[in-house]
Amino acid sequence: MAFDSWLGITPYPGISAFIWVLLAIGALYLARNPAHRAIQAIFQALGALAELASDALGKGEKRLATRNRDVLLAHGREAKERVIEREFERVADTVRKDLAGHPALQRRLSESITRIDEDHQRAVDVPPDPPGWVKAVEAVAKLDNRGDSTVGTILSEMHRSLVKSHDRALTEYRGACRERHGLLKRMLPEWRRIQTTLNQVDRNVESVLERSRSIDRHIAEYGDLVRGTDQALRVLSSSSLVQFFVAALVLGVAIGGAAINFSLIARPMAEMVGGTSFIGGFRTADIAALVIILVEISMGLFLMESLRITRLFPVIGALPDKMRVRMIGVTFTLLFLLASVEAGLAYMREVLMQDELATAALLRGGEAVQGEYLWITTAAQMGMGFVLPFALVFVAIPLETFVHSLRTVVGLIGIGVLRFLAFVLHLLGVLFTHLGSALVRIYDIVLFLPLWIESTWGGKSRSGARKRAEDSYAEVRS
Amino acid sequence: MKRPAILALALAAALGSASCSDTGPRNSGVYLLLDTSGTYAMELDKAEQIISYTLTQLDGLDSFAVARIDTGSFSEKDIVAKVTLDDRPSTANQQKRAFAETIASFVDTVEAAPYTDITGGLLQAVEFLNEKAPGRKTIFIFSDLKEDLEAGYVRDIEVELEGFEVVALNVTKLRSDNLDPREYLERLALWQQRVESEGGTWRVVNDLDRLESLLRG
Repeated sequence: MAFDSWLGITPYPGISAFIWVLLAIGALYLARNPAHRAIQAIFQALGALAELASDALGKGEKRLATRNRDVLLAHGREAKERVIEREFERVADTVRKDLAGHPALQRRLSESITRIDEDHQRAVDVPPDPPGWVKAVEAVAKLDNRGDSTVGTILSEMHRSLVKSHDRALTEYRGACRERHGLLKRMLPEWRRIQTTLNQVDRNVESVLERSRSIDRHIAEYGDLVRGTDQALRVLSSSSLVQFFVAALVLGVAIGGAAINFSLIARPMAEMVGGTSFIGGFRTADIAALVIILVEISMGLFLMESLRITRLFPVIGALPDKMRVRMIGVTFTLLFLLASVEAGLAYMREVLMQDELATAALLRGGEAVQGEYLWITTAAQMGMGFVLPFALVFVAIPLETFVHSLRTVVGLIGIGVLRFLAFVLHLLGVLFTHLGSALVRIYDIVLFLPLWIESTWGGKSRSGARKRAEDSYAEVRS
Repeated sequence: MKRPAILALALAAALGSASCSDTGPRNSGVYLLLDTSGTYAMELDKAEQIISYTLTQLDGLDSFAVARIDTGSFSEKDIVAKVTLDDRPSTANQQKRAFAETIASFVDTVEAAPYTDITGGLLQAVEFLNEKAPGRKTIFIFSDLKEDLEAGYVRDIEVELEGFEVVALNVTKLRSDNLDPREYLERLALWQQRVESEGGTWRVVNDLDRLESLLRG
C-alpha cells in the first residue's frame, strides 16, 4: 500500500516513479561530499578495528606460543631429568652390584696367581746330577783285564751297579716329570678362572662405559633443552603429538574395558541399591557400578603413584618411603577387595539372568532350559570381574601421558586457531578499506548524469566539481 | 585457586540441574479387568496370556492387579491378585511367578457371572491405581464391553479418568453384533466417548498376537 501511495503522486505511476528517481538523484548529488566522507570514515574505522583485532590476536598467538614453548621445554626437561636419574640409578646399581665385589675378585685373582707361581716354581725341570764316580769307572774299565778274572768280576759288578744306578735315576726323573706335568695340569683351571674373572671385569667396565656414554648423550640433549634450541623444541613437539595419539588410543581401549566391567556389575548392583531408584535421571544401580569402577581406577592411580611409576600427584611421590610402602599395601588391598566384590557381582549377574530367564519361560508357559556349559560363562564372567580392575590399574600410565601431551596439543590447536582468526581479521581489514573506496565509486556511478551535466555545462563550477571529485578520490586513496 | 573453584561450581550446577530435571514417579500401575460373565468366561485363557506378557514387561516398584467383572464389580473382593513388585530383581521375579500361579489357579476354577458390571470395575481400578499413585496408570478391560447391570445397581456416575489410559482388549462380537454391526460400533464409540470425556485416553487392541503394543511408551 505504501509503495502504491508513493506511486500515486501523479495519475501515472511511471511518471511518479521518474519524479521520485529524479528527487533521489538530486538529494544524493547534494549530499555527495558528506556521503563520500561518511562512507570512507565508516569503512576505514571498520578496517582499523579489524586490523587492531588482528594485531591483538597475533600478539595473543605469540604469547601462547611462548607459553607453549615454555611448557614443552619444562616437560621435556622433567622427562629428561627422569631418564638421567634412572641412568644414574642403573650406574649406581652396576657399581653396587659388580664393583662392590671387586675386592673379592681381586683376592681371587691374587690367590690364583700365587698358586700358579708356586706351581710354576715347583714345576721347574732340574736335570738329575750325573753320578760322580762315572769317570773313575771309565778309568777302571780301560784297564787291561786279559787273563785276570778278578778284574773282569770287578768290572762286571761295576757295570751292574752302574746300570742299576741309571735305572734308579731314570725312574726318579720320570717321577719328577710326572709330578711336574701334574702341577702344570693343575694350573690350567686356574688360568681359565683368571680369564673368566677378567672377562667379567671387562663386561662390568664396558657396561659402566656404555651407561656413561648414554648419560653423556642425555646430558647433551638436556643441555639443548635448557638452552631451548629449536631442534629440541621440534623433537619435543612431534614426540608430544605422537604420545597424545598413542595415549588417546590406549585410553580408548581402557574405556572399552571399563564399559565391559560396568555391564558386568550394573545389573547385580540393582540387588544392592534397588533397580528402580534414580539420581538425576540415572539409575542408582548404574551410578553405583560406575562409582565402583571409578574408585578402582583411582586406587590404580594411587598405586602407580606410590610405586613412582607415574607422577600425577607430587604429594604422593614426595611421601617418605615408609609411608609410601604403606600406601602401596593399602591401595593394593582395597583393589583386591574391590576385584573380589566384582567377581562376586559377576557371579550374581549370572544367577539373576538365569532367574529372569526361568521366570520368563514360566510366564510363556514353557520351562527354563539349564545350559550344560553354563559354568564356563559363569567362570569367565567371574574371571573378568576379578582381572579387569587390575588391568585398569595400568590406565594411569597412558592417562599421565595424555594429560601431559594434551597441554601441548591444546596449545598447538590454540595457536593455529588464533593464527587463522588473525589472518581472517587482517583480510577483513583490507576488505573494509577497499570496500569504502569501491562504494564511493559506486555512489558516483548512480550520479553519472548530474556529474556529466556538471562537467559539461558547469562552466566555472566545472573546475570546482573536478576539484571536489579529485578531493574525494584523494581521500579514498588516502 | 580460582579455576578449581569455578570447575566445582559448574559441576555442582550440572548435578543440580540434572537432579531437578525429573522428580516424578517412573513406575507403572496396571489394572486388568476380566469379564467373567456368560460365554466370555471361555476367553480367559487368552487373558492369562496377556497377564503373563504384562508381567514380563513390569519392573521393580510397578503395581499390577487383576480383578474380575461380575454382577457387582466395585469391590475389593473381586480383585483376584495384586502385587507391587519389589525393588530387587530377584524378589520381583519370585513375586511374578507367584502371581502367575494365582492367576492360573483362578482361570481353572472361575465360574461365569450372571451380570456384567464394567463401570463398577472401572471405579475400583481408578481407586486402586490412585492409591498406588504410579507415574503411569493403565487399565485393561478384557471384555466384550456389553454392560449388563442387575436391577438396583446405579452406575450412571462420572469416573475421573484424567491421566489414565484405558485399553479395551479382545472386544469380541456378540451374536446380535453380527446381525447389526452398528451395535458393536456404537458400543465401542460409546465407551471411547465416555473415557475421553472424563479425561482418559482410549485404545482398542483386538490382535492378541501383537502384544508388544500393549504397554507402549
